[in-house]
Amino acid sequence: MIASAFGVLFDGFAYGMLLFILSVGLSVTLGMMNFVNLAHCSFAMLGGFVTVTLTNELGWPFLASLPLAFLSAALVSVAFERVLYRRLYRASDLDQCLLTIGIVFVSVAVAAYIYGTIQQPVNLPSYLRGSVSVWGQSLGVYRLFLIGVSIVITAVLVAALEYTRFGAKVRAAVDNQRMARGLGIDVDRVFAVTFALGSGLAGLGGALAIEIVGLDHAFAFTYLIYVLIVVAVGGLGSIAGSFVAASLLGISDMAGKYYFPELGAFLIYFVMVALLMWRPVGLFGRR
Amino acid sequence: MVTSSAVAEPQRYLEAQIRWRPVEIAFWLATLLPFVLTPNYLVLASQIAITALFALSLDLILGYAGIVSLGHAAYFGFASYTAGLTARWGWGEPLTGLVIAAAAAGVLGYLTSFIIVRFRHLALIMITLGLGLLLAEAANSASWLTGGADGLQGVRMWKLFGVFQFDLYGTTAYTYSLAILFVFFLVARRLINSPFGLALRGIRENAIRMPAIGAPSPAHIRKVYTIAAVMAGVAGALLAQTTETVSLETLSFQRSADVLVILILGGAGRLYGGLVGAIIYMVARDQFSGINPQYWYFWIGTLLVAVVMFLPNGILGGAARLVRSGRSRA
Amino acid sequence: MSTSALSTRGLDKSFGSLVVASDIALDLPPGERYALIGPNGAGKTTLINLITGMLKPDKGQIFLGESEITALRPEERVKCGLVRTFQINTLFPHLSALEAVALAVCERRGYAGSWWRKLPAYADAVEEAYAILQSLRLAASCYRPTYELAYGQQRLLEIALALATKPKVLLLDEPAAGVPQQESAELFSVIANLSQEIAVLFIEHDMNVVFRFAHRIIVMVGGRILLQGTPKEIAADARVREVYLGGARHG
Repeated sequence: MIASAFGVLFDGFAYGMLLFILSVGLSVTLGMMNFVNLAHCSFAMLGGFVTVTLTNELGWPFLASLPLAFLSAALVSVAFERVLYRRLYRASDLDQCLLTIGIVFVSVAVAAYIYGTIQQPVNLPSYLRGSVSVWGQSLGVYRLFLIGVSIVITAVLVAALEYTRFGAKVRAAVDNQRMARGLGIDVDRVFAVTFALGSGLAGLGGALAIEIVGLDHAFAFTYLIYVLIVVAVGGLGSIAGSFVAASLLGISDMAGKYYFPELGAFLIYFVMVALLMWRPVGLFGRR
Repeated sequence: MVTSSAVAEPQRYLEAQIRWRPVEIAFWLATLLPFVLTPNYLVLASQIAITALFALSLDLILGYAGIVSLGHAAYFGFASYTAGLTARWGWGEPLTGLVIAAAAAGVLGYLTSFIIVRFRHLALIMITLGLGLLLAEAANSASWLTGGADGLQGVRMWKLFGVFQFDLYGTTAYTYSLAILFVFFLVARRLINSPFGLALRGIRENAIRMPAIGAPSPAHIRKVYTIAAVMAGVAGALLAQTTETVSLETLSFQRSADVLVILILGGAGRLYGGLVGAIIYMVARDQFSGINPQYWYFWIGTLLVAVVMFLPNGILGGAARLVRSGRSRA
Repeated sequence: MSTSALSTRGLDKSFGSLVVASDIALDLPPGERYALIGPNGAGKTTLINLITGMLKPDKGQIFLGESEITALRPEERVKCGLVRTFQINTLFPHLSALEAVALAVCERRGYAGSWWRKLPAYADAVEEAYAILQSLRLAASCYRPTYELAYGQQRLLEIALALATKPKVLLLDEPAAGVPQQESAELFSVIANLSQEIAVLFIEHDMNVVFRFAHRIIVMVGGRILLQGTPKEIAADARVREVYLGGARHG
């Protein structure tokens, strides 16, 4: 029983780390500009499909495709921000939701058109496959890799926020936009860069997700709900919040599927509603 | 600037605001056309009427009180299953079944309204989404009751008024749905033009100012939410009765999202927005249904982006702007 | 001993280490006109928020007449007769002025819950709303949506909404803020003509308004009441000059 409990914890935590990478960008940009970008997972999906194309069609090694997944998502998001999003910063929550949902619909249709509706395969290099034995537990290598990558990303993000000038500007803009502008910080630029980074991370997450949860044309929709749950429960604008919420969600989901399969996703939604009712701004949210 | 329509008496001004316009009367007369022009499409027409009623119920809370709900299908589906089960368990009389199902949805709406009033912004959106998903999951799991993924079977409706049978041609279905739609439309219209409707608009326009004029906003919101749940429930029950089946789709996020898109397309806060949106959306989808479903999503997505960027008040809003600019040029 | 229309005792409020209100004791007799002045950041609007219930005090009590209202919700305080206006216009953009005032009247009369009768059927409420607008000289433009009104008219509408609730105590937060010279005469006559039955406390930076209308002035600095007195006393006090009229930064 203990062995399987640890297994569930490990797999759940790995899944949670994936959700973290997917969600952290959205949490920070939502907290900063209050712009509801429901198309966040479309960028994730883009990153995933870039990796699929590079590794399957062009024979690139998996690891080499990851930076490109990041970059392509980041660049495309910049284009969207310039052309569309910029005009809706002052619009209502609802309008932003609807615009970005429209983009999700279009992205899902385009993905289906180009790649069809089947699950996309991914070729992992041999050193990322299989499992290793750690302290008597059998741990998946890919999941270890995923956890490792997430911890590195978290460390880099936190360090950047704390120790760089740009990070200070980001913190100021999240905390109090008007004040930050008053201090001479170019909030629009900070947002544009943060948005690109966040979307790039989503793209990376999409690429990493293929092995864990699979990738198909509906990814942008399917994982949107999970990302929203992480962001809402974790609290807007909080990296720590996303980390904790994503871990919680990943572990609950795994535990639910393992111990209470009849309940299905009931447990996740219940935990989310209960948590939000207890703390509407999220675990680490403000205001 | 004093326009020619400025009247001296405030009473007359307010009456003029709520008078029936000729275009409205034309609209309702036009709803009778399908009987004559497209008698083969009456089943679709009744589906449109049902969707229109559902969209109207969402308009009350979204367009007038400003509550964004991603889980409104909960009341639709809950009443749908209630109506279906009532019939399956032996009571197939349509009108009383409708009342029972609507009452059930109303109770559910009333209970959840206490949760709804306490939250705003993202938390509210996520909670409405979560509650809807919870109910859908519960229905999925309780397949002994709901029939699960196979849907509810054995729903047999008695004749309406003991005379009219629900059949494949849809004549009874459309007459029934249209009549109920019209009745609840009148209810909604009266509500909008009442002091309560004014209070709702106040909440939408400036929620902060309301307590400052002594308005109990939470009580108002709970009331309109319950009424909207009843109306959504009526729509759901109509669907169960006219199609003699109930599926999990009636509770799904898909349905909640669809009705939101329909309302925005037509224009929220304009009473007819949901009706217009439903007609356009359902007719378009019916035309597209033969073709690849992905094309449908592509065009709906593009349309949604276009509406938000260029027609922020939906089709009716755009039409109103055209009329205003036409008038000012005359 | 006559009871104040509005009084507070020992009102405290801090945000972490930032003290915005400290031991505020206020007494506003019925029918009086008091002005609350002080430099920006002194906590004047915060005090209004505390009194109206939009902000919860850490300590202290608030009384309306003889009854304690500290535990009441904002809308309940309005029903008891305590009303405020906002420094920044907080109106209903797409409602016409008539509809906005009618809404306030309906809320007061308890009509706002009824959804089965149309608004024009409540003739008494409509007449009352129109009368209020007439008294504020807004009747001519009352059919237009609020966002179309001139700024000065919107400030007047702020007051109209407050008057529609038939207040016993009226808190005006910078009623003349941003109103250009040509339109301020209207505003001043409205303030001058406010019923003697209403006790008024107004925050103002415009010293013309203060010295013209106030019977008594309260000076607030850094969350505390520095002193209170008649306009003559305040104008002569060196401390006030130093803190506010003379050396303090504006804006």
